[in-house]
Amino acid sequence: MALLTIRNLTVRFGTSTGSFTAVDGIDVHVDKGEVLAIVGESGSGKSVSMLAAMGLLPDTATVTADEMTFDGRDLLSMTPRQRRQIIGREITMIFQEPIASLNPSFTAGYQIEEVLRLNAGLSRKAARARAIDLFEQVGLPDPEGKLKSYPHQMSGGQSQRVMIAMAIATNPRLLIADEPTTALDVTIQKQILDLLMELQQETGMALILITHDMGVVAETADRVQVQYKGKKMEEADVLSLFENPQNPYTRALLSALPENATGDRLSTVASFLEHEAQP
Amino acid sequence: MSVVVEGRNLIRDYHIAGSLMRPAKTVHAVKGISFAVERGKTLAIVGESGSGKSTLARIVALIDQATGGELLIEGKPVDIGKTRPTREMRSKVQIVFQNPYGSLNPRQKIGDVLMEPLFLNTDTPAPERRDRAREMLVKVGLPAEHFNRYPHMFSGGQRQRIAIARALMLNPTLLVLDEPVSALDLSVQAQVLNLLADLQEEFNLAYVFISHDLSVVRYIADDVLVMNQGEAVEQGSREAVFADPQHPYTRELFAATPVTDLDAIRARVARRQAMRAAAGG
Ligand SMILES: Nc1ncnc2c1ncn2[C@@H]1O[C@H](COP(=O)(O)OP(=O)(O)OP(=O)(O)O)[C@@H](O)[C@H]1O
Ligand SMILES: Nc1ncnc2c1ncn2[C@@H]1O[C@H](COP(=O)(O)OP(=O)(O)OP(=O)(O)O)[C@@H](O)[C@H]1O
Ligand SMILES: [Mg+2]
Ligand SMILES: [Mg+2]
Repeated sequence: MALLTIRNLTVRFGTSTGSFTAVDGIDVHVDKGEVLAIVGESGSGKSVSMLAAMGLLPDTATVTADEMTFDGRDLLSMTPRQRRQIIGREITMIFQEPIASLNPSFTAGYQIEEVLRLNAGLSRKAARARAIDLFEQVGLPDPEGKLKSYPHQMSGGQSQRVMIAMAIATNPRLLIADEPTTALDVTIQKQILDLLMELQQETGMALILITHDMGVVAETADRVQVQYKGKKMEEADVLSLFENPQNPYTRALLSALPENATGDRLSTVASFLEHEAQP
Repeated sequence: MSVVVEGRNLIRDYHIAGSLMRPAKTVHAVKGISFAVERGKTLAIVGESGSGKSTLARIVALIDQATGGELLIEGKPVDIGKTRPTREMRSKVQIVFQNPYGSLNPRQKIGDVLMEPLFLNTDTPAPERRDRAREMLVKVGLPAEHFNRYPHMFSGGQRQRIAIARALMLNPTLLVLDEPVSALDLSVQAQVLNLLADLQEEFNLAYVFISHDLSVVRYIADDVLVMNQGEAVEQGSREAVFADPQHPYTRELFAATPVTDLDAIRARVARRQAMRAAAGG
């Protein structure tokens, strides 16, 4: 039951120094009710590939794919209008850098109530009530007060939770979460991940989780996809990946965990790959 | 032992103006925190979201004024409300913000971002400014050719490294880092942490390092300060805090840290399969 299927996705950016391939023939698929984790080197095209699926890249990007379907519907041939019916409602995204994606001129309450009215069709009054409810669910202290706060009046982790609340507000069928808990301490991270997993189990929502935190992968994912330099290196169910990583890059990632530090410097992927290459 | 920065009973209240609908109120974000960081040492600040870490960071970095208490840089009291910090003082203390994208001007090329602090605060000639900016790009693991790119052309982790590079341009003695590696994948995280360790060794830099990642804190910190609701609930050497955490919140932090233990993964996968089978009938 594939919900999202992407085959052979390529994204190129035109820059002043020529064209640059950020995503190089990547396949992604996620089933209903499944949690797919995408991990990989910074700059390896994790965010760009998901933004491409959402149709949110700037004009300088050229996107091609053999297939890009959501629930059997072809995203590539859709009109922008048809796409808007899906994006923001059935598929939502928690963006990396949440603070930058909130509008600084509007209160958090205005922004989430707007989503609830436009994309979930709630009345003004119902939107207000649901917003308070959502803020509570993501563990924001003083939810009613937070409705009236502007982004600059909130801490990093509080803004991130406002974004999470906005992304789950429409009960999406697919949630793409790009580093959703980076600004949160582990106790609140746990609360958020538990909440996402709960939603996921209750509603059958599929979750694509982009993260660099291997602990989060270990505790949430069903399947894991490892990216490096715009390419998919390895894909495996979560247990096999940790038990028996096939690709040298995956092994390098696991060895870069700070808890695996040997001596007074951390192992980096470059040094690890060099080391492995030696007989 | 020379102390680079010292806070004595620092306090920060935010006053939020009222409106017709809502009375004015005061948020007590930092409620009397004291600490000292010596040359070449790292103080890590951990704590719950909203506990006042970034607020404290801005005060230490001389961009926000404390409501009460005293801040001393190299033994001298500094009050930015009374006298503007000198160019020299500004160069000494640098900050890497929690939100790198918001702190980069979208219309400014990366090369200019890096050269600007030298232009504003020093008399470094233009060609040298350029060379130093290029060197710094390479130091944080980005190709020197990216000099003429704009911030939106970088990934999240790349932008974070640009912010770190900018803060290092003035050879500060104190660097305040607000969640500097939390957006970075492990390999870049390792690269940046190693870079910070190298720089600390080379220039005897002092760090105030805010993080919610205990494995990172354990790697980098000399001393640890745990904040909860504006207060320091636990403070001590890394060894002491990790060996025997006293405060319930600190213990909770340890308990909630995700683990990559194989048996734990196995158990979780089994639970999920059972749940699916039950739901599928
Ligand atoms: N608008 C753009 N123009 C040119 N290049 C871009 C643009 N947006 C992204 N890139 C480049 O595409 C590559 C992939 O970026 P992407 O944001 O997908 O990385 P990522 O895997 O999400 O990394 P991170 O973990 O650091 O967030 C990077 O090398 C980045 O510099
Ligand atoms: N400009 C402001 N006006 C009003 N309240 C503010 C302002 N800035 C911060 N606050 C409040 O002060 C408290 C502390 O915020 P701060 O940003 O210091 O937290 P933090 O510990 O850095 O959290 P996080 O880990 O989420 O980044 C929060 O409750 C926040 O809502
Ligand atoms: Mg990204
Ligand atoms: Mg903060």
